[in-house]
Amino acid sequence: MSVETPLLRMRGIVKTFPGVRALDGVDLVVRPGEVHCLLGQNGAGKSTLIKVLAGAHRPDAGTVEWHGEPVTLASPQAAIDRGISTIYQELDLVPGLSVAENIFLGHERSTAGLLRRAETRQAARELLARLGHREIRVDREVGTLPAAGQQIVSMARALSHDTRLIVMDEPSAALDQQEVQSLFGVIRELTRAGVAVVYISHRLEEIRQVGDRVTVLKDGRTVATDLPAKATATADLIRLMTGRDIEYVFPARPTAPPGDVVLKVDGLSLPRRFADVSFEVRAGEIVGLAGLVGAGRSDILETVYGARRASHGRVEVDGRRLRAGSVPAAVRAGIGLAPEERKSQGLILDQSVYRNITVSSLDRFSRGGFLDQGAERERAEELSRSLDVRPAGVERAVRTLSGGNQQKVVLARWLLRDCRVLLLDEPTRGVDVGARSELYALVRSLADRGVAVVVVSSEVEEVLGLADRVLVVREGVVVHEGPATGIDEHRVLDLVMEGSVA
Amino acid sequence: MTQDQSTTVDDGATASAQESLAGTGTPAREGLLGILGSSVGRSLGLVVALVVLCGVGFATAGQQFASVDNVLTILRLAAVIGVVSVGMTFVITGGGIDLSVGAIVALASVWSTTLATQTLARDVHWTVMVLCALLVGVGCGLVNGLLISYGKVVPFIATLAMLAAARGLAEIIAQRRTQIVDVPGFTDFFRGSVLGVPLLVIIFAVVALLGWVLLNRTTFGRRTFAVGGNPEAARLAGIDVRRHTVLLYALLGLCCGIAAVMLVARTTTGSSTHGTLYELDAIAAVVIGGTLLTGGRGTIVGTVLGVLIFTTLSNVFTQNNLSSSAQSVAKGLIIVVAVLLQQRLATRSDTRT
Repeated sequence: MSVETPLLRMRGIVKTFPGVRALDGVDLVVRPGEVHCLLGQNGAGKSTLIKVLAGAHRPDAGTVEWHGEPVTLASPQAAIDRGISTIYQELDLVPGLSVAENIFLGHERSTAGLLRRAETRQAARELLARLGHREIRVDREVGTLPAAGQQIVSMARALSHDTRLIVMDEPSAALDQQEVQSLFGVIRELTRAGVAVVYISHRLEEIRQVGDRVTVLKDGRTVATDLPAKATATADLIRLMTGRDIEYVFPARPTAPPGDVVLKVDGLSLPRRFADVSFEVRAGEIVGLAGLVGAGRSDILETVYGARRASHGRVEVDGRRLRAGSVPAAVRAGIGLAPEERKSQGLILDQSVYRNITVSSLDRFSRGGFLDQGAERERAEELSRSLDVRPAGVERAVRTLSGGNQQKVVLARWLLRDCRVLLLDEPTRGVDVGARSELYALVRSLADRGVAVVVVSSEVEEVLGLADRVLVVREGVVVHEGPATGIDEHRVLDLVMEGSVA
Repeated sequence: MTQDQSTTVDDGATASAQESLAGTGTPAREGLLGILGSSVGRSLGLVVALVVLCGVGFATAGQQFASVDNVLTILRLAAVIGVVSVGMTFVITGGGIDLSVGAIVALASVWSTTLATQTLARDVHWTVMVLCALLVGVGCGLVNGLLISYGKVVPFIATLAMLAAARGLAEIIAQRRTQIVDVPGFTDFFRGSVLGVPLLVIIFAVVALLGWVLLNRTTFGRRTFAVGGNPEAARLAGIDVRRHTVLLYALLGLCCGIAAVMLVARTTTGSSTHGTLYELDAIAAVVIGGTLLTGGRGTIVGTVLGVLIFTTLSNVFTQNNLSSSAQSVAKGLIIVVAVLLQQRLATRSDTRT
């Protein structure tokens, strides 16, 4: 590689918040036209670093050089003016405005305050075409676009400024495999035009596909940089991130046959979502649902749970039929759900750990409506200890925990209810690689205690590694059912894409 | 949330020790601002504000302000809006808002006084009047709640409609006349006092106390925090969010009914103009008290202090013969300052996102 001036050079960046040293000497060098991957566990400082780069935080120490010149990124506007655009995890689009209006938000094409609408639409169309997404109509309301489409709009917005560097914070989190591939196509297109990309993701396989070089952060420091994305061993990356030797370890399957049927789903249908879904889960068994996002996996779980009302079919727990469309009925029958969107659907983020654990079991701590808060804390304490929720302390707000520990809080909630059936929707989304194995072991230990578990995941490897039996769902129809050991990842992907059962 | 206070500080300490193990942690709160950021500290701040206000009152109006009579007057005035504000704390903590409280107070006052002034009802016991006011309050609250949770009308609009409709209905029933109550048992009872404390003030104290217990010590209160903090998570945790929402508005309606009875007793009249702008006074008191307008956090102690601050402020202004317009300006300033201060404190404890 030639000795060229790097596009961006950050040296010794330090940023402290009251009580926390979020960044403690970060170095990052990005070359023009490369895809530079940023790896690190939650809390390693990735988000803070991005905000420094976006001009949202001022570093306390360290230098930033842009095209070899020292610069100060004093405000988001200053960063944008230099040509640095950031696409945040939570997309910052205005849902009520059109695609074109969103793209040029903040730098509208106008004459004396009057919008030049035709020109705006034309420019928006050109940007979308550059990204290979002509099919997105520029007059469409952004709120009506699927997540993948919204992401394209965010990228078009980034390109609408004269952007040299785009920072993408976990862009694939909300996308299915096909959409991720199309995203990679866009990224390759951008880098060919000389734009550099800083790509953040938890998924190592994505980094291998799209990345050029990798920088690893740990505890606010750069622990490794300039690693080749494709040639570095997974084990090495994980060791750098966690400081420990950990790989994806799936717990051993039990040798004893599973117990009686606990959950029975019979001919369940929800119009335009899924049709005639039937399966059984036995005590101690883990059943995995594989399929693309939007194939109906999450809908099936939510309908079993009563959060959606099935048009046909029935759900039984221990042979007793549940009232359709009633979450309280499902909870009473012993079903628990760890929802897909943990933060928005699963937790009350600003409230304490113990309150989040006991929220579904308040009746058990109350006499005549009065809560015994001592007992409540004590039980929550016991559970969080046994699940090893870190940091300890059930009074801290759930918001301050990492993804994996938040998931444990959700699991603790259902453990407290002694639930018979546990529905897990994307249980490891947003969970550090290092913490995943721990969660897998936890789920297996729950099954060993006799809980019937259903797992939905976009990561086929996870479904196959964790589950005893696998159901493959395509466009709302179960196209395959069988033991997890009898099928491999490629076969599942074939089924998911084609749906043909050979 | 008040009861959580004792342990928060210790947690901060253990947290930072374990930071490196498990990612982000709450920054340890230190110093004066840190203390003010905690919930006990917030209440303490309000107490200081109240004391300062009383100091100003004493300095400018002297004995006239500090007399027992005047203090009782302040408390009597605070009692009615205070009862409404306690109910409002529940609705706002649960993620809602109610603009119709003043109109409900008016309707309940008119409806119950109509009962008392009709010849037909002459020999009916005054408790029927009280019951009528309470039922009207609960009824209106139920309508609000049902519209909001089952009709899926946003709270702002549903209660705005109730504001217009209830006040209009009050005018129709009263035929725009002020109805004077001279039911001896009623006025004697409610204008009486126990050990020198007016009954109205005692009612306010009891409502506030029950409200505190309900919010902080019962499953109902805990669910209110959950529903306000994240309705979707509460629903998926098995809480019947819609039913809970109905109950919250009905509870506020009940508080409005109680307030109507108190107002009728204090003024000996029922009128369709009673309770004008109560919605703003109640919301203001709740907000400066430290309850989050977006739901999920609420404090009855803060609300009571908020009510006392506003009522004392009016009294100080009146004692000094300042106009009610100047009062309104001061009120507006207090709201802004209180909210700005709270935001500063909130961002301090939540800088890392």
